[in-house]
Amino acid sequence: MARSSVLRNAGWLWLVASIAVLVVGFRQAIFLVPTEATMGNVQRIFYYHLPHAILGLVFPYVNFLASLAFLFWRHRDPLKALTADALAVAAAEVTVLYVGITLATGMLWGKPAWGIWWAWDARLTSELLLWLLYVSYLLVRRFSMSGQTGVLAAVLSIFAAIDVPIVFMSIRWWRTQHPAPVFGEGGSLDPSFYPAVLWNLAGWAMWGILILTFRFALERRRQLNEQEEALRAIEASLEIPK
Amino acid sequence: MNYLRQVWDHLYKDLRLEWRSRDSINGMLFFVLLVVVVFSISFDPAGYPTTTRQISGGILWVGLLFASITALNQSWTREQRNQVLEAQRMAPSAASALFLGKALANMLFVLLVEAVLAPIFIVFFNLQVLGNARLLAIILPLGTWALVVNGTFFAALGLRARNRELLLPLILLPISLPAILMMVQATTGVLTAELDPIYIRTWITQLLGYDIIYTTVCILLFGTVLNAE
Repeated sequence: MARSSVLRNAGWLWLVASIAVLVVGFRQAIFLVPTEATMGNVQRIFYYHLPHAILGLVFPYVNFLASLAFLFWRHRDPLKALTADALAVAAAEVTVLYVGITLATGMLWGKPAWGIWWAWDARLTSELLLWLLYVSYLLVRRFSMSGQTGVLAAVLSIFAAIDVPIVFMSIRWWRTQHPAPVFGEGGSLDPSFYPAVLWNLAGWAMWGILILTFRFALERRRQLNEQEEALRAIEASLEIPK
Repeated sequence: MNYLRQVWDHLYKDLRLEWRSRDSINGMLFFVLLVVVVFSISFDPAGYPTTTRQISGGILWVGLLFASITALNQSWTREQRNQVLEAQRMAPSAASALFLGKALANMLFVLLVEAVLAPIFIVFFNLQVLGNARLLAIILPLGTWALVVNGTFFAALGLRARNRELLLPLILLPISLPAILMMVQATTGVLTAELDPIYIRTWITQLLGYDIIYTTVCILLFGTVLNAE
Protein backbone atom coordinates (compact mmCIF):
# COMPACT_ATOMS: atom_id res chain seq x y z
CA MET A 1 0.00 0.00 0.00
CA ALA A 2 2.79 2.40 1.01
CA ARG A 3 4.60 1.70 -2.24
CA SER A 4 1.62 2.54 -4.42
CA SER A 5 0.99 5.83 -2.58
CA VAL A 6 4.64 6.83 -3.07
CA LEU A 7 4.31 6.00 -6.77
CA ARG A 8 1.12 8.01 -6.99
CA ASN A 9 2.76 11.05 -5.36
CA ALA A 10 5.72 10.71 -7.72
CA GLY A 11 3.28 10.63 -10.62
CA TRP A 12 1.58 13.83 -9.47
CA LEU A 13 4.95 15.53 -8.99
CA TRP A 14 6.01 14.44 -12.47
CA LEU A 15 2.78 15.79 -13.93
CA VAL A 16 3.25 19.16 -12.21
CA ALA A 17 6.89 19.32 -13.30
CA SER A 18 6.13 18.50 -16.94
CA ILE A 19 3.34 21.07 -17.08
CA ALA A 20 5.74 23.65 -15.60
CA VAL A 21 8.40 22.85 -18.21
CA LEU A 22 5.79 22.99 -20.98
CA VAL A 23 4.65 26.41 -19.74
CA VAL A 24 8.25 27.69 -19.86
CA GLY A 25 8.61 26.13 -23.31
CA PHE A 26 5.41 27.81 -24.49
CA ARG A 27 6.62 31.21 -23.20
CA GLN A 28 9.98 30.74 -24.91
CA ALA A 29 8.49 29.58 -28.20
CA ILE A 30 5.70 32.10 -28.52
CA PHE A 31 7.00 35.27 -26.76
CA LEU A 32 10.75 35.26 -26.19
CA VAL A 33 12.51 33.71 -29.18
CA PRO A 34 13.06 36.20 -32.05
CA THR A 35 10.76 35.91 -35.06
CA GLU A 36 12.27 33.96 -37.91
CA ALA A 37 13.33 36.21 -40.78
CA THR A 38 11.70 34.65 -43.85
CA MET A 39 8.74 32.68 -42.49
CA GLY A 40 7.65 34.97 -39.66
CA ASN A 41 5.45 33.74 -36.85
CA VAL A 42 4.39 30.61 -38.73
CA GLN A 43 7.80 29.17 -37.99
CA ARG A 44 6.95 28.97 -34.27
CA ILE A 45 4.99 25.76 -34.89
CA PHE A 46 8.39 24.21 -35.51
CA TYR A 47 9.04 24.27 -31.72
CA TYR A 48 6.18 21.78 -31.37
CA HIS A 49 6.81 19.87 -34.57
CA LEU A 50 10.46 19.02 -33.93
CA PRO A 51 10.11 17.62 -30.35
CA HIS A 52 7.21 15.41 -31.42
CA ALA A 53 9.11 14.24 -34.48
CA ILE A 54 12.20 13.34 -32.45
CA LEU A 55 10.22 11.63 -29.67
CA GLY A 56 8.01 9.87 -32.21
CA LEU A 57 11.18 8.13 -33.38
CA VAL A 58 12.21 7.17 -29.83
CA PHE A 59 9.02 5.45 -28.66
CA PRO A 60 9.04 2.83 -31.47
CA TYR A 61 12.37 1.63 -30.06
CA VAL A 62 10.73 1.21 -26.66
CA ASN A 63 8.03 -0.83 -28.33
CA PHE A 64 10.55 -2.95 -30.25
CA LEU A 65 12.74 -3.65 -27.21
CA ALA A 66 9.71 -4.48 -25.07
CA SER A 67 8.49 -6.87 -27.78
CA LEU A 68 11.87 -8.60 -27.94
CA ALA A 69 11.85 -8.87 -24.13
CA PHE A 70 8.35 -10.34 -24.31
CA LEU A 71 9.40 -13.03 -26.78
CA PHE A 72 12.49 -13.78 -24.70
CA TRP A 73 10.61 -14.15 -21.40
CA ARG A 74 7.47 -15.76 -22.79
CA HIS A 75 8.37 -19.27 -21.64
CA ARG A 76 11.12 -18.45 -19.17
CA ASP A 77 9.26 -15.99 -16.97
CA PRO A 78 5.62 -15.34 -17.98
CA LEU A 79 5.06 -12.61 -15.38
CA LYS A 80 7.96 -10.51 -16.66
CA ALA A 81 6.73 -11.17 -20.19
CA LEU A 82 3.33 -9.69 -19.30
CA THR A 83 5.04 -6.56 -17.99
CA ALA A 84 7.01 -6.24 -21.23
CA ASP A 85 3.82 -6.67 -23.21
CA ALA A 86 2.13 -3.86 -21.26
CA LEU A 87 5.10 -1.61 -21.96
CA ALA A 88 4.96 -2.52 -25.67
CA VAL A 89 1.30 -1.59 -26.04
CA ALA A 90 1.78 1.66 -24.11
CA ALA A 91 4.77 2.63 -26.28
CA ALA A 92 2.87 1.81 -29.49
CA GLU A 93 -0.05 4.01 -28.51
CA VAL A 94 2.20 6.92 -27.56
CA THR A 95 4.04 6.44 -30.88
CA VAL A 96 0.82 6.74 -32.85
CA LEU A 97 -0.08 9.87 -30.87
CA TYR A 98 3.30 11.60 -31.27
CA VAL A 99 3.78 10.71 -34.92
CA GLY A 100 0.20 11.83 -35.55
CA ILE A 101 0.92 15.21 -33.94
CA THR A 102 4.12 15.46 -36.01
CA LEU A 103 2.13 14.90 -39.20
CA ALA A 104 -0.58 17.36 -38.18
CA THR A 105 1.79 20.17 -37.17
CA GLY A 106 3.87 19.51 -40.27
CA MET A 107 0.81 19.97 -42.48
CA LEU A 108 -0.15 23.17 -40.64
CA TRP A 109 3.32 24.48 -41.32
CA GLY A 110 3.48 23.18 -44.89
CA LYS A 111 0.42 25.07 -46.09
CA PRO A 112 1.86 28.59 -45.50
CA ALA A 113 5.50 27.66 -46.10
CA TRP A 114 5.25 25.40 -49.16
CA GLY A 115 1.76 26.41 -50.29
CA ILE A 116 0.55 22.80 -50.03
CA TRP A 117 -0.68 20.71 -47.11
CA TRP A 118 1.13 17.61 -48.12
CA ALA A 119 4.03 16.69 -50.41
CA TRP A 120 5.02 13.11 -51.21
CA ASP A 121 8.54 13.83 -50.11
CA ALA A 122 10.91 11.35 -48.47
CA ARG A 123 10.56 12.31 -44.82
CA LEU A 124 6.84 12.94 -45.00
CA THR A 125 6.19 9.63 -46.67
CA SER A 126 8.37 7.67 -44.25
CA GLU A 127 6.73 9.40 -41.29
CA LEU A 128 3.30 8.54 -42.66
CA LEU A 129 4.36 4.93 -43.15
CA LEU A 130 5.65 4.80 -39.58
CA TRP A 131 2.25 6.00 -38.41
CA LEU A 132 0.45 3.43 -40.61
CA LEU A 133 2.64 0.60 -39.31
CA TYR A 134 1.86 1.36 -35.69
CA VAL A 135 -1.84 1.82 -36.35
CA SER A 136 -1.85 -1.63 -37.93
CA TYR A 137 0.01 -2.92 -34.87
CA LEU A 138 -2.75 -1.61 -32.62
CA LEU A 139 -5.39 -3.13 -34.91
CA VAL A 140 -3.74 -6.54 -34.67
CA ARG A 141 -3.87 -6.25 -30.90
CA ARG A 142 -7.55 -5.44 -31.09
CA PHE A 143 -8.47 -8.19 -33.52
CA SER A 144 -6.51 -11.14 -32.16
CA MET A 145 -7.87 -13.40 -29.47
CA SER A 146 -6.91 -12.65 -25.90
CA GLY A 147 -4.59 -15.62 -25.39
CA GLN A 148 -2.24 -14.80 -28.28
CA THR A 149 -2.39 -11.02 -28.58
CA GLY A 150 1.05 -10.60 -27.05
CA VAL A 151 2.84 -13.07 -29.33
CA LEU A 152 1.26 -11.89 -32.56
CA ALA A 153 1.79 -8.24 -31.69
CA ALA A 154 5.42 -8.83 -30.72
CA VAL A 155 6.09 -10.62 -34.03
CA LEU A 156 4.49 -7.77 -35.95
CA SER A 157 6.53 -5.27 -33.97
CA ILE A 158 9.71 -6.98 -35.16
CA PHE A 159 8.47 -6.80 -38.75
CA ALA A 160 7.68 -3.12 -38.32
CA ALA A 161 11.07 -2.38 -36.79
CA ILE A 162 12.80 -4.00 -39.78
CA ASP A 163 10.50 -2.18 -42.16
CA VAL A 164 11.26 1.31 -40.86
CA PRO A 165 14.90 1.52 -42.09
CA ILE A 166 13.94 -0.07 -45.42
CA VAL A 167 11.15 2.45 -45.83
CA PHE A 168 13.50 5.27 -44.96
CA MET A 169 16.21 4.19 -47.40
CA SER A 170 13.92 3.35 -50.29
CA ILE A 171 11.91 6.53 -50.04
CA ARG A 172 14.92 8.76 -49.60
CA TRP A 173 16.23 7.19 -52.77
CA TRP A 174 12.88 8.05 -54.36
CA ARG A 175 12.56 11.78 -53.57
CA THR A 176 13.45 14.49 -51.07
CA GLN A 177 11.98 17.92 -50.40
CA HIS A 178 11.89 18.27 -46.58
CA PRO A 179 14.30 20.82 -45.02
CA ALA A 180 17.63 19.21 -44.11
CA PRO A 181 18.42 18.50 -40.44
CA VAL A 182 18.83 21.75 -38.55
CA PHE A 183 21.14 20.76 -35.67
CA GLY A 184 24.85 20.13 -35.47
CA GLU A 185 27.47 20.55 -38.17
CA GLY A 186 26.18 22.48 -41.13
CA GLY A 187 22.77 22.93 -39.48
CA SER A 188 20.87 26.09 -40.29
CA LEU A 189 19.34 26.77 -36.85
CA ASP A 190 20.57 29.96 -35.19
CA PRO A 191 21.68 29.52 -31.52
CA SER A 192 19.13 32.16 -30.43
CA PHE A 193 16.37 29.63 -31.20
CA TYR A 194 17.89 26.93 -28.99
CA PRO A 195 16.10 27.75 -25.69
CA ALA A 196 12.64 27.33 -27.23
CA VAL A 197 13.62 24.08 -28.93
CA LEU A 198 15.29 22.58 -25.87
CA TRP A 199 12.59 23.56 -23.35
CA ASN A 200 9.90 22.16 -25.58
CA LEU A 201 11.88 19.01 -26.25
CA ALA A 202 12.31 18.46 -22.50
CA GLY A 203 8.68 19.27 -21.80
CA TRP A 204 7.22 16.96 -24.43
CA ALA A 205 9.66 14.20 -23.46
CA MET A 206 8.44 14.45 -19.85
CA TRP A 207 4.84 14.52 -21.00
CA GLY A 208 5.42 11.47 -23.23
CA ILE A 209 7.01 9.54 -20.39
CA LEU A 210 4.08 10.50 -18.17
CA ILE A 211 1.38 9.24 -20.52
CA LEU A 212 3.47 6.17 -21.34
CA THR A 213 3.73 5.30 -17.66
CA PHE A 214 0.07 6.03 -17.09
CA ARG A 215 -0.99 3.78 -19.97
CA PHE A 216 1.45 1.12 -18.75
CA ALA A 217 -0.06 1.20 -15.26
CA LEU A 218 -3.54 0.95 -16.75
CA GLU A 219 -2.57 -2.05 -18.88
CA ARG A 220 -0.93 -3.74 -15.87
CA ARG A 221 -4.10 -3.28 -13.88
CA ARG A 222 -6.16 -4.79 -16.69
CA GLN A 223 -3.80 -7.78 -16.85
CA LEU A 224 -3.98 -8.32 -13.08
CA ASN A 225 -7.77 -8.20 -13.19
CA GLU A 226 -7.76 -10.75 -15.99
CA GLN A 227 -5.47 -13.06 -14.02
CA GLU A 228 -7.64 -12.77 -10.93
CA GLU A 229 -10.72 -13.62 -12.92
CA ALA A 230 -9.02 -16.63 -14.49
CA LEU A 231 -7.93 -17.80 -11.05
CA ARG A 232 -11.45 -17.42 -9.71
CA ALA A 233 -12.81 -19.42 -12.65
CA ILE A 234 -10.33 -22.22 -11.94
CA GLU A 235 -11.23 -22.25 -8.26
CA ALA A 236 -14.92 -22.37 -9.09
CA SER A 237 -14.37 -25.31 -11.41
CA LEU A 238 -12.49 -27.17 -8.68
CA GLU A 239 -15.38 -27.06 -6.21
CA ILE A 240 -17.05 -30.43 -5.90
CA PRO A 241 -20.68 -30.30 -6.96
CA LYS A 242 -23.09 -31.82 -4.51
CA MET B 1 18.34 -33.01 -47.23
CA ASN B 2 15.66 -34.15 -44.85
CA TYR B 3 14.48 -30.55 -44.51
CA LEU B 4 14.20 -30.10 -48.27
CA ARG B 5 12.24 -33.33 -48.42
CA GLN B 6 9.77 -31.94 -45.85
CA VAL B 7 9.41 -28.68 -47.78
CA TRP B 8 8.76 -30.67 -50.94
CA ASP B 9 6.12 -32.78 -49.21
CA HIS B 10 4.26 -29.70 -48.03
CA LEU B 11 4.55 -28.09 -51.44
CA TYR B 12 3.39 -31.23 -53.21
CA LYS B 13 0.39 -31.56 -50.90
CA ASP B 14 -0.64 -27.96 -51.57
CA LEU B 15 -0.23 -28.34 -55.30
CA ARG B 16 -2.30 -31.52 -55.29
CA LEU B 17 -5.03 -29.89 -53.22
CA GLU B 18 -5.12 -26.96 -55.60
CA TRP B 19 -5.14 -29.24 -58.63
CA ARG B 20 -8.24 -30.98 -57.31
CA SER B 21 -10.24 -27.88 -56.43
CA ARG B 22 -8.55 -25.10 -58.48
CA ASP B 23 -10.30 -22.62 -56.18
CA SER B 24 -7.63 -20.04 -55.58
CA ILE B 25 -6.22 -19.93 -59.11
CA ASN B 26 -9.66 -19.55 -60.69
CA GLY B 27 -10.62 -16.95 -58.12
CA MET B 28 -7.43 -14.98 -58.61
CA LEU B 29 -7.59 -15.12 -62.41
CA PHE B 30 -11.10 -13.80 -62.56
CA PHE B 31 -10.37 -11.20 -59.91
CA VAL B 32 -7.36 -9.80 -61.75
CA LEU B 33 -9.28 -9.80 -65.00
CA LEU B 34 -11.99 -7.75 -63.31
CA VAL B 35 -9.42 -5.34 -61.89
CA VAL B 36 -7.91 -4.85 -65.35
CA VAL B 37 -11.34 -4.21 -66.85
CA VAL B 38 -12.29 -1.77 -64.09
CA PHE B 39 -9.07 0.17 -64.51
CA SER B 40 -9.40 0.17 -68.31
CA ILE B 41 -12.86 1.69 -67.95
CA SER B 42 -11.64 4.28 -65.45
CA PHE B 43 -8.59 5.46 -67.35
CA ASP B 44 -9.34 5.02 -71.07
CA PRO B 45 -5.94 3.48 -71.89
CA ALA B 46 -6.39 3.47 -75.67
CA GLY B 47 -6.68 7.26 -75.82
CA TYR B 48 -3.54 8.15 -73.89
CA PRO B 49 -0.73 5.66 -74.64
CA THR B 50 1.99 7.62 -72.78
CA THR B 51 -0.03 8.02 -69.60
CA THR B 52 -1.08 4.40 -69.84
CA ARG B 53 2.52 3.30 -69.99
CA GLN B 54 3.30 5.41 -66.93
CA ILE B 55 0.50 4.04 -64.77
CA SER B 56 0.17 0.48 -66.01
CA GLY B 57 3.05 -0.81 -63.86
CA GLY B 58 1.22 0.40 -60.78
CA ILE B 59 -2.10 -1.02 -61.96
CA LEU B 60 -0.57 -4.41 -62.67
CA TRP B 61 0.87 -4.66 -59.16
CA VAL B 62 -2.23 -3.33 -57.44
CA GLY B 63 -4.30 -5.95 -59.22
CA LEU B 64 -1.87 -8.73 -58.33
CA LEU B 65 -1.67 -7.52 -54.74
CA PHE B 66 -5.43 -7.59 -54.26
CA ALA B 67 -5.77 -10.91 -56.04
CA SER B 68 -3.06 -12.56 -53.98
CA ILE B 69 -4.67 -11.25 -50.79
CA THR B 70 -7.92 -13.01 -51.68
CA ALA B 71 -6.05 -16.26 -52.35
CA LEU B 72 -3.75 -16.00 -49.32
CA ASN B 73 -6.70 -15.66 -47.00
CA GLN B 74 -7.91 -19.05 -48.22
CA SER B 75 -4.58 -20.82 -48.21
CA TRP B 76 -4.48 -21.50 -44.45
CA THR B 77 -8.19 -22.12 -44.09
CA ARG B 78 -7.60 -25.49 -45.78
CA GLU B 79 -5.34 -26.52 -42.94
CA GLN B 80 -7.95 -25.63 -40.35
CA ARG B 81 -10.52 -28.09 -41.62
CA ASN B 82 -10.47 -31.35 -39.63
CA GLN B 83 -7.83 -29.93 -37.28
CA VAL B 84 -5.05 -30.48 -39.80
CA LEU B 85 -3.17 -27.51 -38.39
CA GLU B 86 -3.11 -29.04 -34.91
CA ALA B 87 -1.65 -32.19 -36.44
CA GLN B 88 0.97 -30.10 -38.23
CA ARG B 89 1.94 -28.50 -34.94
CA MET B 90 2.41 -31.90 -33.31
CA ALA B 91 4.35 -33.33 -36.25
CA PRO B 92 8.12 -33.65 -35.74
CA SER B 93 8.91 -31.75 -38.96
CA ALA B 94 10.19 -28.17 -38.71
CA ALA B 95 7.53 -25.46 -38.64
CA SER B 96 9.41 -23.40 -41.20
CA ALA B 97 9.21 -26.29 -43.69
CA LEU B 98 5.44 -26.01 -43.55
CA PHE B 99 5.73 -22.27 -44.12
CA LEU B 100 8.18 -22.56 -47.01
CA GLY B 101 6.07 -25.21 -48.73
CA LYS B 102 2.99 -23.05 -48.42
CA ALA B 103 4.77 -19.88 -49.58
CA LEU B 104 6.28 -21.66 -52.59
CA ALA B 105 2.88 -23.08 -53.54
CA ASN B 106 1.29 -19.62 -53.31
CA MET B 107 4.16 -18.22 -55.33
CA LEU B 108 3.55 -20.77 -58.09
CA PHE B 109 -0.16 -19.95 -58.16
CA VAL B 110 0.46 -16.20 -58.46
CA LEU B 111 3.13 -16.74 -61.13
CA LEU B 112 0.67 -18.82 -63.11
CA VAL B 113 -1.87 -16.02 -62.84
CA GLU B 114 0.76 -13.57 -64.05
CA ALA B 115 1.58 -15.74 -67.04
CA VAL B 116 -2.08 -15.78 -68.08
CA LEU B 117 -2.62 -12.17 -67.20
CA ALA B 118 0.33 -10.59 -69.01
CA PRO B 119 -1.05 -11.05 -72.58
CA ILE B 120 -4.51 -9.88 -71.51
CA PHE B 121 -2.97 -6.85 -69.88
CA ILE B 122 -0.97 -5.98 -72.97
CA VAL B 123 -4.05 -6.32 -75.17
CA PHE B 124 -6.43 -4.33 -72.98
CA PHE B 125 -3.97 -1.55 -72.25
CA ASN B 126 -2.53 -1.40 -75.76
CA LEU B 127 0.83 -1.70 -74.14
CA GLN B 128 4.19 -1.48 -75.87
CA VAL B 129 7.21 -2.13 -73.72
CA LEU B 130 9.79 0.50 -74.58
CA GLY B 131 12.58 -0.67 -72.26
CA ASN B 132 14.37 -3.95 -71.86
CA ALA B 133 11.45 -6.37 -71.54
CA ARG B 134 13.67 -9.21 -70.37
CA LEU B 135 14.16 -7.38 -67.08
CA LEU B 136 10.49 -7.99 -66.33
CA ALA B 137 11.34 -11.68 -66.04
CA ILE B 138 13.42 -10.75 -62.98
CA ILE B 139 11.18 -8.05 -61.53
CA LEU B 140 7.95 -10.05 -61.64
CA PRO B 141 9.17 -13.09 -59.65
CA LEU B 142 11.04 -10.92 -57.13
CA GLY B 143 8.03 -8.68 -56.59
CA THR B 144 5.68 -11.63 -56.37
CA TRP B 145 7.84 -13.32 -53.78
CA ALA B 146 7.94 -10.11 -51.72
CA LEU B 147 4.13 -10.07 -51.63
CA VAL B 148 3.66 -13.79 -51.17
CA VAL B 149 6.22 -14.48 -48.47
CA ASN B 150 4.89 -11.77 -46.15
CA GLY B 151 1.32 -12.50 -47.15
CA THR B 152 1.60 -16.19 -46.30
CA PHE B 153 3.18 -15.29 -42.98
CA PHE B 154 0.55 -12.74 -42.03
CA ALA B 155 -2.27 -14.98 -43.17
CA ALA B 156 -0.95 -17.50 -40.63
CA LEU B 157 -0.60 -14.73 -38.07
CA GLY B 158 -4.23 -13.76 -38.48
CA LEU B 159 -5.38 -17.36 -38.56
CA ARG B 160 -7.09 -17.35 -35.20
CA ALA B 161 -8.00 -13.66 -35.19
CA ARG B 162 -11.59 -12.52 -35.08
CA ASN B 163 -11.96 -11.03 -38.56
CA ARG B 164 -9.16 -12.67 -40.44
CA GLU B 165 -10.27 -11.62 -43.91
CA LEU B 166 -10.05 -7.98 -42.94
CA LEU B 167 -6.87 -8.26 -40.92
CA LEU B 168 -4.57 -9.56 -43.67
CA PRO B 169 -4.61 -6.48 -45.92
CA LEU B 170 -4.39 -4.23 -42.88
CA ILE B 171 -1.02 -5.66 -41.89
CA LEU B 172 0.29 -6.76 -45.27
CA LEU B 173 -0.11 -3.38 -46.98
CA PRO B 174 1.89 -1.19 -44.56
CA ILE B 175 4.72 -3.73 -44.35
CA SER B 176 4.81 -4.22 -48.13
CA LEU B 177 4.69 -0.54 -49.08
CA PRO B 178 8.47 -0.19 -49.61
CA ALA B 179 8.45 -3.34 -51.74
CA ILE B 180 5.49 -2.04 -53.74
CA LEU B 181 7.37 1.19 -54.31
CA MET B 182 10.41 -0.75 -55.53
CA MET B 183 8.55 -3.10 -57.88
CA VAL B 184 6.31 -0.41 -59.31
CA GLN B 185 9.24 1.93 -59.94
CA ALA B 186 11.24 -0.84 -61.61
CA THR B 187 8.30 -2.01 -63.73
CA THR B 188 7.36 1.50 -64.80
CA GLY B 189 10.99 2.19 -65.57
CA VAL B 190 11.11 -0.80 -67.90
CA LEU B 191 7.76 -0.04 -69.53
CA THR B 192 8.45 3.64 -70.25
CA ALA B 193 12.25 3.47 -70.76
CA GLU B 194 12.39 6.90 -69.08
CA LEU B 195 14.40 5.70 -66.12
CA ASP B 196 18.14 5.26 -66.29
CA PRO B 197 19.08 1.52 -66.38
CA ILE B 198 21.30 2.10 -63.34
CA TYR B 199 18.23 3.25 -61.38
CA ILE B 200 16.26 0.22 -62.50
CA ARG B 201 19.09 -2.01 -61.39
CA THR B 202 19.17 -0.32 -57.99
CA TRP B 203 15.43 -0.86 -57.54
CA ILE B 204 15.86 -4.52 -58.46
CA THR B 205 18.75 -4.91 -56.03
CA GLN B 206 16.71 -3.28 -53.27
CA LEU B 207 13.81 -5.59 -54.02
CA LEU B 208 16.14 -8.57 -53.82
CA GLY B 209 17.42 -7.31 -50.47
CA TYR B 210 13.85 -6.90 -49.22
CA ASP B 211 13.05 -10.47 -50.30
CA ILE B 212 16.10 -11.93 -48.57
CA ILE B 213 15.54 -10.00 -45.34
CA TYR B 214 11.87 -10.87 -45.02
CA THR B 215 12.26 -14.50 -46.06
CA THR B 216 14.79 -14.88 -43.25
CA VAL B 217 12.60 -13.13 -40.70
CA CYS B 218 9.54 -15.17 -41.70
CA ILE B 219 11.42 -18.46 -41.44
CA LEU B 220 12.83 -17.51 -38.05
CA LEU B 221 9.54 -16.34 -36.55
CA PHE B 222 7.08 -18.76 -38.10
CA GLY B 223 7.42 -21.33 -35.32
CA THR B 224 6.52 -18.66 -32.76
CA VAL B 225 3.38 -17.70 -34.66
CA LEU B 226 2.30 -21.26 -35.32
CA ASN B 227 2.57 -22.16 -31.65
CA ALA B 228 1.21 -18.89 -30.30
CA GLU B 229 -0.93 -19.57 -27.26
